[in-house]
Amino acid sequence: MTTVAGPAVEAAERPVTNQYSASRARARRRKQGAAAVRTAVQAAVIVVWCLLPFYWMVVIGLRDSSYTFDPNPLPIHLTFANYASAFDTANGNYLGLALLNSFFICTVVTIIALLLGISAAYCLARLNFPGKGLIMGFILGASMFPGVALLTPLFALFSQLGWSGQYQVLIIPYIAGALPLTVYTLNSFFREMPWDLEEAARIDGCTPAQAFRIVILPLAAPAVFTTAILAFIASWNEYLLVSVLGNDQIQTVTRAIANFTGSIPHVQPYTTIMAAGTIVTIPLIILVLLFQRRIVAGLTAGGVKG
Amino acid sequence: MTALAAPPNSPPKLAGRASAEANRRRMTRVAYGLLAPTIIAMLVVVAYPIVQSIIQSFNSDASGIDPKTGLFRAGGFVGLQNYTNWLFQQCQVGGVTQACPAGSPQAGFYNSVFVTFFFTIVTVALETVFGVWMAFIMNRNFRGRGILRAAVLVPWAIPTAVTAKLWYFIFDPSGVLNTVLNVNVLWLSDLWASRFAIIIADTWKTTPFMALLILAGLQLIPEETYEAAKMDGSSTIQTFFRITLPLLKPALVVAILFRTLDALRMYDLPAILTGGGGGGGQGTQTLSILVVKQIQQSNDSASALSTITFLIIFAVAFIFIRVLGANLTGNAPKARRVAKEA
Repeated sequence: MTTVAGPAVEAAERPVTNQYSASRARARRRKQGAAAVRTAVQAAVIVVWCLLPFYWMVVIGLRDSSYTFDPNPLPIHLTFANYASAFDTANGNYLGLALLNSFFICTVVTIIALLLGISAAYCLARLNFPGKGLIMGFILGASMFPGVALLTPLFALFSQLGWSGQYQVLIIPYIAGALPLTVYTLNSFFREMPWDLEEAARIDGCTPAQAFRIVILPLAAPAVFTTAILAFIASWNEYLLVSVLGNDQIQTVTRAIANFTGSIPHVQPYTTIMAAGTIVTIPLIILVLLFQRRIVAGLTAGGVKG
Repeated sequence: MTALAAPPNSPPKLAGRASAEANRRRMTRVAYGLLAPTIIAMLVVVAYPIVQSIIQSFNSDASGIDPKTGLFRAGGFVGLQNYTNWLFQQCQVGGVTQACPAGSPQAGFYNSVFVTFFFTIVTVALETVFGVWMAFIMNRNFRGRGILRAAVLVPWAIPTAVTAKLWYFIFDPSGVLNTVLNVNVLWLSDLWASRFAIIIADTWKTTPFMALLILAGLQLIPEETYEAAKMDGSSTIQTFFRITLPLLKPALVVAILFRTLDALRMYDLPAILTGGGGGGGQGTQTLSILVVKQIQQSNDSASALSTITFLIIFAVAFIFIRVLGANLTGNAPKARRVAKEA
């Protein structure tokens, strides 16, 4: 259990006071050096473990398909042909269309979830009213419900309405997934807001709506933005609903990737799939790297602060 | 919650009891006005399907497609028959209830329950242990910590469908894993190999999320606690088990609860990696996969199964909150509240 050295390292970083003899200080420094090396090694192991499969996907996506199973880890036999064939619709893969669908569906879902979620989360965090616990419980319980349970009735309902193969078939159940997440995350952010400022604005003559719009909303912008990213990523990654409710025209990228077929039956076009996987993942990786701190804050806001 | 304790719009000091009452009523009206869109949306997209699904689950297996509507023809109310069919593995053949033949969905029920719980327990245990380890490393001060924290988010950000395809390639019989290990394992069709293939892929994908939740919990522990323990001559191992772990418990319980509820619904990874196959054909068939397979045969029976799945998840959540929450009483009231709300 070398991991438990954590606190010791941090304690050791405080300046050594002169009550320590020179030799003890030296021993301490040596120990500190060894601990730093241990930390660095473990950190390197984690980085490699997390990045290696992703790296492999990128490398194979750029590799000539005749060398698919060459275990050489270096980027060799480079080609962009896989990216071209990823967008090729000859084999019934509609990745380009699926990308546009994903952007459209996830944007709409995120916007709707935010519009509804902001007012709901504001209420739950700010106002005291009877039945609040019940509503919070309902929203959390809804997020616990297995997605498969929504499938059967929605499928029947949409066929009845003649909606099969239209965007709302995906957008409506996606909202069911994104809305509890949005309310929950925003609620835990809103609890931390400086509500005194709102009251000050009220005293200065603002109406409640004005106070919220002029004072609180700008302060809440980062929280709203973070929640938007999380809702977007969650919708982008959804697979269960689209795998049953979608079709080749109205589908998101996850279904397109999962059903990717090559020109030869029963042979997986791995290099093309890896290229397609890279295309689908890159927007998310960029989002994550740009907004790393916010995403981490958003992910953990609901979990820890309570 | 502390923010809520204070009355949000402090009633004017001069106001009497009646006006405070009026104020409260007004606030309730405002609250429900603001909540209405969300409540309506949730009723339409969540409550309606759930209620509809429960109603369906009490109707008989549809006998065919109604040519007029293109929907399954409802077979009328049958009470708990769809549930007992699953629980006792019965089938109706020509109106007679009998034991299901092997290979029918009903016969695979307990297998799926086992697979679901097996995946849940093993993946959550692995993810907790690795997550604590990762969180400890991320919590230290060292050059390159930024790189570590960014790298950890990469598996989290990759869509599960892409993760599944990526590991599908890695686990291919002639794929890189077999080549590097110099073995010939059929990762995606052997019974236990396919189960562990899914566990490996899931652990890779989800440990970072766990680590981030645990890290947030670690950062709440004040530095002085460690210093005091050190002063008292506590060894690093003692500090970990006597100080860090108990203080980490609230965050840990929430993280484990979230992950457990997610793992019990696991669908994407096994559906794409193995299609629920492996071994005799159902080696990795989780309850969610069984439901989706059943939807293609009978909506009503599938509804009963998804309701059973929900009840299982609900029971697990309830036990979690009761047992782990009760343990926390007294020394960490906040933790109990967090667990309750989760």
